[in-house]
Amino acid sequence: MDFKVEFSDLTFENKRREPEEYHQIALEIRRDIIKSLVLAKSGHSGGPLGISDLMTVLFFGGYMNYQPQNPSYEQRDRFVLSSGHMAPVLYSILARAGYFSPHELTSLRKFGTRLQGHPGLDVHLPGIETSSGSLGQGVSIAVGMAISDRVIDKNDRAVFTLSGDGELQEGICWESAMSAGSLGLDNLCWIVDNNDCQIDGRVKNVMSIYPIKDKFESFNFDVIEIDAHNYIELVEAFDKFEKNKKSKIGKPTCIIAKSIMGKGVSFMHDDYKWHGNPPNLEQAKKALEELI
Amino acid sequence: MKYQNLGSKPTRNGFGIALAEMGEKHNNLVVIGADVTGSVLTSFFKEKFPERFISVGVAEQNATTVAAGLALSGKIAVFSSYSAFSAFRNADMLRVSVAYNDVNVKIGGGHAGVTVGPDGATHQSLEEIAFVRALPNMTLVVPADYEETRKATIAVIEKPGPAFIRFGRPSVPMFTTPESVFEIGKANVLTDGSDVAIVACGHLVWEALLAADILESKHGIKARVINNHTIKPIDVKTITDASIQCGAIVTAEEHQVHGGLGGAVAEVVAKNYPCPIEFVGMRDEFGGSGEPDELMIKYGMTHKEIVMSVFKVLERKEKGFVGYRKVSDVPISDN
Repeated sequence: MDFKVEFSDLTFENKRREPEEYHQIALEIRRDIIKSLVLAKSGHSGGPLGISDLMTVLFFGGYMNYQPQNPSYEQRDRFVLSSGHMAPVLYSILARAGYFSPHELTSLRKFGTRLQGHPGLDVHLPGIETSSGSLGQGVSIAVGMAISDRVIDKNDRAVFTLSGDGELQEGICWESAMSAGSLGLDNLCWIVDNNDCQIDGRVKNVMSIYPIKDKFESFNFDVIEIDAHNYIELVEAFDKFEKNKKSKIGKPTCIIAKSIMGKGVSFMHDDYKWHGNPPNLEQAKKALEELI
Repeated sequence: MKYQNLGSKPTRNGFGIALAEMGEKHNNLVVIGADVTGSVLTSFFKEKFPERFISVGVAEQNATTVAAGLALSGKIAVFSSYSAFSAFRNADMLRVSVAYNDVNVKIGGGHAGVTVGPDGATHQSLEEIAFVRALPNMTLVVPADYEETRKATIAVIEKPGPAFIRFGRPSVPMFTTPESVFEIGKANVLTDGSDVAIVACGHLVWEALLAADILESKHGIKARVINNHTIKPIDVKTITDASIQCGAIVTAEEHQVHGGLGGAVAEVVAKNYPCPIEFVGMRDEFGGSGEPDELMIKYGMTHKEIVMSVFKVLERKEKGFVGYRKVSDVPISDN
């Protein structure tokens, strides 16, 4: 098949943008995901595609304070990918932010790579704050970070964490939510990627975690439900978190991002079978044709 | 006997006192409580530094990962609960968020072993040495008495990286002094002798000293008692020397005979200089309610079993290394 996978050199600034700009960046992220996964020959396609719009707004919309040239910059806000299998989207985002060369995305999941199947702190990829992949631990680590900032050091840093919806079946998530709510961690933004898909099927069929909103509200979260593909709603949600944090509302923020697995690629659209599979060459080619 | 009981005290007190002491020195030391702070004595720290004490309730999994999050924010994070819950309930968190992340989290495993007493089997952790020592990046110490636990706690706090310190509930004889040397990874040879080596940790070190005294005064056997307080990294040299110079080893621990100190010693000996080894410890069973002393007798973890095991191992030593015997001559050990 005459198909060559190449990555552009594009990087993006972190600033407030118009919806169309977010859309263009998210397309680049989605293309990266498809390209890196087809080369890796294993990995998760559907989830990363589904959360690309939200990650684009978060990292390239001026909502997070970070310095790619100085990854351990002390005042930085932190992002914890609790659903570690979503690594392809984070790797693309970090590369496009300038943490490392986008060409390194060719090494995803390969022997000796810094782009481990699930993020590993031991390989020192700039921008990775913690190892994650054992579900439920990342949100709890984020709570620990938020405690450090808000309760111990009393600084202005924010902590963002992304969990899946199926991930909420893990008991530790609710231990974490209880502690975050109880300690009033208004510097914590917990994003639930609600695509209602997990490996075995629909989340509601495998084990329902609904109603998510009521659960988080009962744990003292300010809960915002949004369409994860609507840039206006995404911007409003992160604005709301900023406001909550600034006014020291005494509650963590939970953004329930209603997303669509495989968004942007027709044959992956809302299909849980694409949770843990990569595209083959032919599928990748077709997907890239759609992602323009 | 060369060593005297200088006064009985629980090892957990050494942990609690040291934490409060270290709180003065390190203003980035943060302690996480999971509701049993008065038992594992993180309460000393809590009273002194309430602003650096975080209570997360009875949620050991979250406590462990929150500790990792704090450590990733530049803190020295300490979490302590009963060893049954701070090594097992949170096992995956210890593995991924603490050990794999290689962060500055110190876990206190209190109320370890059968000596927690009347609480019974659910609360008597007897397997965590096996688990924790298998984790890469981990340091694992099992100090013998109050004073040594105090020093060991200070040492693991001063050493960057993940660590687990195991200690107990009851008052036990204190025989080390503030002047005794404690160095992570360096076992202390307490008595000279080259007939047999007794390698012990935790509460069983005192029993090993009692055993050595009986062996020498009643049977003329000179035992080298080694206080192997650090299970990981294990002191390869001291153990290998013991195998070469004594030719027979008895291990003693308040833990299952599988995978604990005995296993660690056997790995070193098998690899470097094999000799017969007998194992004193919990014999593949769960504990039960009772007073600590009654339980230690029932489950065979006193100086008496150490003495009997020395006889057994010396018999094997005299017959020659097991490898030279016919398979049919090899007794199948019940432990």
